[in-house]
Parts: sequence; C-alpha cells; structure tokens
Amino acid sequence: MSLIEITEVKKRFGDNEVLKGINIDVEPGEVIAIIGKSGSGKSTLLRCINGLETIDEGSISVAGAQLLPDDLHLKALRLKVGMIFQGFNLFPHLTAGKNVMLSQMVVKKTPKAEAEVMAKKMLDRVGLGHKFDAYPDQLSGGQQQRVAIARALAMQPIALLCDEITSALDPELVNEVLAVVKELASEGMTLLMVTHEMRFARDVCSRVVFMHQGRVHEIGPPGEVFANPQTPELKQFLGMQ
Amino acid sequence: MSEFTLWDILRNLLLATRWTIVLSLVSFVGGSLVGALLLLLRIGYNKAGRVFARGYIELFQGTPLLMQLFLAFFGLGLFGIDVPAWLAAGLALILWTAAFLAEIWRGCVEAIAKGQWEASSSLGMGYIQQMRYVILPQALKIAVPPTVGFSVQVVKGTALTSIIGFVELSKAGTVVTNATFEPFTVYGLVALIYFCLCWPLSKSSQILERKLNVAHRNH
Amino acid sequence: MAYAFDFGWLVEYWPVLLKGIGITLELTVIGGLLGVSLGIACAWARALGPAWLRPFVSAYVEMIRNTPFLIQLFFIFFGLPALGFRLGELEAANLAMVINLGAYSCEIIRAGIQATPRGQFEAGASLGMTRFETFRHVVLVPALQRIWPALSSQIVIVMLGSSVVSQIAAEDLTFAANFIQSRTFRAFETYFVSTLIYLALAILLRQVLRGVGWSIFPKRGAAAR
Repeated sequence: MSLIEITEVKKRFGDNEVLKGINIDVEPGEVIAIIGKSGSGKSTLLRCINGLETIDEGSISVAGAQLLPDDLHLKALRLKVGMIFQGFNLFPHLTAGKNVMLSQMVVKKTPKAEAEVMAKKMLDRVGLGHKFDAYPDQLSGGQQQRVAIARALAMQPIALLCDEITSALDPELVNEVLAVVKELASEGMTLLMVTHEMRFARDVCSRVVFMHQGRVHEIGPPGEVFANPQTPELKQFLGMQ
Repeated sequence: MSEFTLWDILRNLLLATRWTIVLSLVSFVGGSLVGALLLLLRIGYNKAGRVFARGYIELFQGTPLLMQLFLAFFGLGLFGIDVPAWLAAGLALILWTAAFLAEIWRGCVEAIAKGQWEASSSLGMGYIQQMRYVILPQALKIAVPPTVGFSVQVVKGTALTSIIGFVELSKAGTVVTNATFEPFTVYGLVALIYFCLCWPLSKSSQILERKLNVAHRNH
Repeated sequence: MAYAFDFGWLVEYWPVLLKGIGITLELTVIGGLLGVSLGIACAWARALGPAWLRPFVSAYVEMIRNTPFLIQLFFIFFGLPALGFRLGELEAANLAMVINLGAYSCEIIRAGIQATPRGQFEAGASLGMTRFETFRHVVLVPALQRIWPALSSQIVIVMLGSSVVSQIAAEDLTFAANFIQSRTFRAFETYFVSTLIYLALAILLRQVLRGVGWSIFPKRGAAAR
C-alpha cells in the first residue's frame, strides 16, 4: 500500500472541471514535483489532498486515513499531512515561536513546556532558533516561509504539501527556503510540491508530474521527463521556461 | 420670572449631561455584550442562528432609532408595567447599538485573510479553535478604531431619548429654552457640549486607525 | 398579557400614513440631492481647494458629525429666528438634512478622491486641463463610483434619521404616526406599522440607489479591475 493514494479524483468549480480523474500513488520518502501551466489544476490537487477543497468524485487516502468531508476525518488527515502556502500565512499576532506552538497546544493538547521545546527544535531545524520571539512582520519573506515550514513540521506530519512556496519570494530569498526543503528531502520526508523551480525539481525530486488541463499528462523520474518529454504540451511547457 | 445668567443655563445643561454620559455608557457596554452574542450567531455554525442575527441586524439598521424607542416604550407598556423612560431608553439603545456593533465586527472578522483560515485548517484546528486563537485576536485589533468611532453615534443617539421623556442633555435644552426664551444660546451650548463629548472620541478613532494602517504597512 | 392587538384603525387612517410617507420621501429626495451636491463641493474644497478654505470646511464637517441631528434641527428651527432667520417646518427640516448629509458625504467623497491614483491628476495636467477641470472631468466620477455603496448607506441613514423632524411639527411619517396614536390610543400598533413602513422604505431606497449607481457609472468588466 502506498503512503498517499489518489484515485480517480475529479473536482468541479461550477461548470468548470478542473480535475478530470487524477491517479497518483506516492511511496514513503518520495519527493514529487508537480509542474504545469497555471490553471492546469496542480494547486487544486494539492488543496484537495489537505481537504481545503472537497472532491466531487474519486478518493484520497493518506497512510490509510480516508479523506472524508466531516470534521473528524479531516482532522485525522490533517494531522498526517502538513501544508505550506505560497503566501506563508503565518499568524501575524503571534511570535514565530508561538506560531509553531499554537497548533500543538490546541489541536494535539501538548503541554506548553513540551510545545515550546518542540518549537525551539523545529525553528533550529530551519535555521531560525534565534528568531523565536520575533513577530512575522519583523522577518523577511524567506524567514517567514521557513517559520511556516517549522510550524508544519512541529505537528510531526508524515508528508508535506508545498504549494508554490517560493513564488512570493524575492529571487535572493528563494534558495534559503529551497535549502530547507532539500534538507527535509534528504532526511526522508515525503514531499509533494507544486513548483516553478525546474532546477530544483530536477536535482531533488524522485518523480515529476506534468499536469495539463486537469489531467496527469506525463509522469516519471526527472531525468526522463525533462530530458525526453513525450508530448508536445510538455515540450512546449519546458521550452517556455 | 427670574433672570437667567449664562452660567445658570450652562450649569443646568451640565447637570443633565451626566445622564447623557451614563446612558451612553450603559448603552455602549450593554450593546457590546449583546452585539458580541449576535456576532457569534452571525458568523457561527448554526444556520438558524445566522438567519436570526441577519434579520435582527437588518431590522435595527433599517428602521429609525426613534421608532425603536417608541416601540420599546409602548411595547413594555403592553405588559402592564408603568414604564419609566430610562428603562425604555436603555433597552432600545442597547438593542440598537448591538446591531451596529455586530455588523462592524463581522466586517472585521471577514477582513481577516482567507489564508489564515486555510493555514489553521491545515494544522488541524476546528472552527472554534480557529476563531478563538487565530481569527478573533486579529479581528479584535482592527475592530478598535471603528468601534470607538461608533461610540460617537451612541452618544448622539441618546439625544433621541429626550423625545420619550428621558431627561438628559437634549431634554434639558428644551426645558431651559422654555424657561429662558433664548433658544439660540441654549441650543448653541447644547451642541457645544455634545461636541466636547463626541469630538475626542472621533479624533481618537481616527488616530487609532492611522496607527493601525502604519502597523499594517510593515507586514 | 391580556392585551388584544387591534389594527382596525388602519382602515380609517391609511391616507394620513400615505401623506406622511410622501413628505418623508420628499425630504429624502431633496435632502439627498442637495446634500450630496454640498458634499461634493466640500470634498473638493477639503481635498483640492484653496488652503484658506479648508479650515472652514473642516470646522463645518467636524461640527456636524459630532453633534446630534436633533440638536442641529432645533438650532435651525428655534435658534436661528433669534437672528431674524425664520423658516417653516419643512424648510428647516430640509435645510437640516442637507447640512447634515453634506458633512457626512463630504468625508465619504473625500476618501474616494484621495484613493484616486496620482497618475490621473498628472494625465489631466499633461493634457492641459486645469486642476478643477481634471477634478470635474477625470477624478469625480470614478471617485463617486468607488464610494457609492458607502454614500448610499449614508443616504439611507439620513432618511431614517429624518423621523425626528416630527419634533418640529414637520408632517412626515413619524408625525403621522404620532397623530394617529393620539387619536386611536393604539400606540404600539401604530408605531409597529410605521416601523415596518420605514423598513420597507429603507430596503426600497437601497435598491433605488443601487439602480442609480448602476445607471450613472460606466460599467466595469472584469478586465478593468
């Protein structure tokens, strides 16, 4: 059994079918890059896996936990899968440390002292142990995104979903975030990332998914996908980069 | 009839101003409490609660405060009680204030970025936890300037209670006018006293708002 | 509660209510048109007008926004005759509403003007328009369009607030209600019905103002956003 099983997933927004039957199985420790034009459905797919969008057909399961639209199942799933957003979405009224502590305390009921230790550890892991008491608006975009990663990691997920996590960053800040992700990958974290960083996808990922018009158009190891695209759409997409 | 000096007029008006202040405070505090309950219904899970709160707000924002005062006054009278004006005045103003504050605060809750909901969802928080730890603390902060701003409307709203016979600043103005036949001076002074009550509130609301905008730019 | 509700008086008194509704609407239309016009003039003066004029406009706006409408009305109706300036009930009511709405709409419209991108003024100037011409032809309409919802709410608030003009014996809807209840002794029912009429008028006025906005402002497609 795979870690994440996405089977025949369909999603419509009104008349517009954005996902037209997606099948992907993800093994533990895999790092998967999802690429494609905007509007190809790649962000929607990621949001479906985290239950931020409901699916119309098909099924998604993570480590045996089914995605069902009731609170109990959603919570169980979200405890297994962390998500990082393009816009960071840190809680602006809380310090970096408190950002990392909050969900541990209110969702997992971890005692405060324990949550604090975990928060320190996770902030250290993303290289921001010294920013524990800084508020989000005192941090650069890259630092904010690293806090967001620490926040997700503190819930000890078995997989992380990354939705264009470097797209909102100034170019010089992209690498510090990618370095953290690379580190996580080497430690064996299962990662699904929607990304425009083709170099990163080639260097770090185990498989690349090319989405086009709501379908998985091509899928394979980065060597094959990038070096030897099979379809004109992927050729054109790669040419555009 | 005795002669009234300017000081006599002012003293009488200032004595009545106490009741304007008391009624304003009662209305604002009471209205905040009821308004908070309404807000929770308005943004809550329960469909019936949402519909009720919407109807309530629509009703109180869509009808004159004066009519609400009349209805409170004569409506309470239906229960066979001899209704004192202060009771009807306080009740109507509290209910009226609650409607406006609930709507202002709902705007603040809705102003919180969608990403905050999504991030807290993805961390496994439920609706109540999201509200309590993520959304409301932020919404409360941006709610301060418009809430202070609305307190000006409450102070001005108390003037209408004179019409159902509550003796506060406006009523005193009428009484003193009838005694002195100096409407220009008396209503001028009444306006000035209201101004002295309201202007500091208006000004602090503006200053708070500006501060908040500056703080936001740092994000 | 042993009270029996009775709405039978409606049969006899509906013409009185109707007349009151007419006066309330008349006051609202005149007050709305002149008040918004005054607001536009004041907003121009405060945002773009000559420096010497601004403190006067500010004082007017602050004065009105920080005192109750009822007192403004009393001052105009009872106070001004002391200066030899005597007005009838309806004229006083209208004047008070215009002055009141003028101050509020000034602030609302000013916010709309200030949200105008600087480039619009520069474009106007570069085409040889004066500051006033730029304001009149380039800035004003988009500014009004921007704040139309807020302005509409304010006009509705002024309509509802007009119920206090009954206190100077202007014969509006509230005056009609007072009259009816003094004849029928059915105070609660009378005010209940008038309150519902006000609610209907408020909803109607909101729709009308939405329609007005829709018809006087250029339509914006999604592309223009």
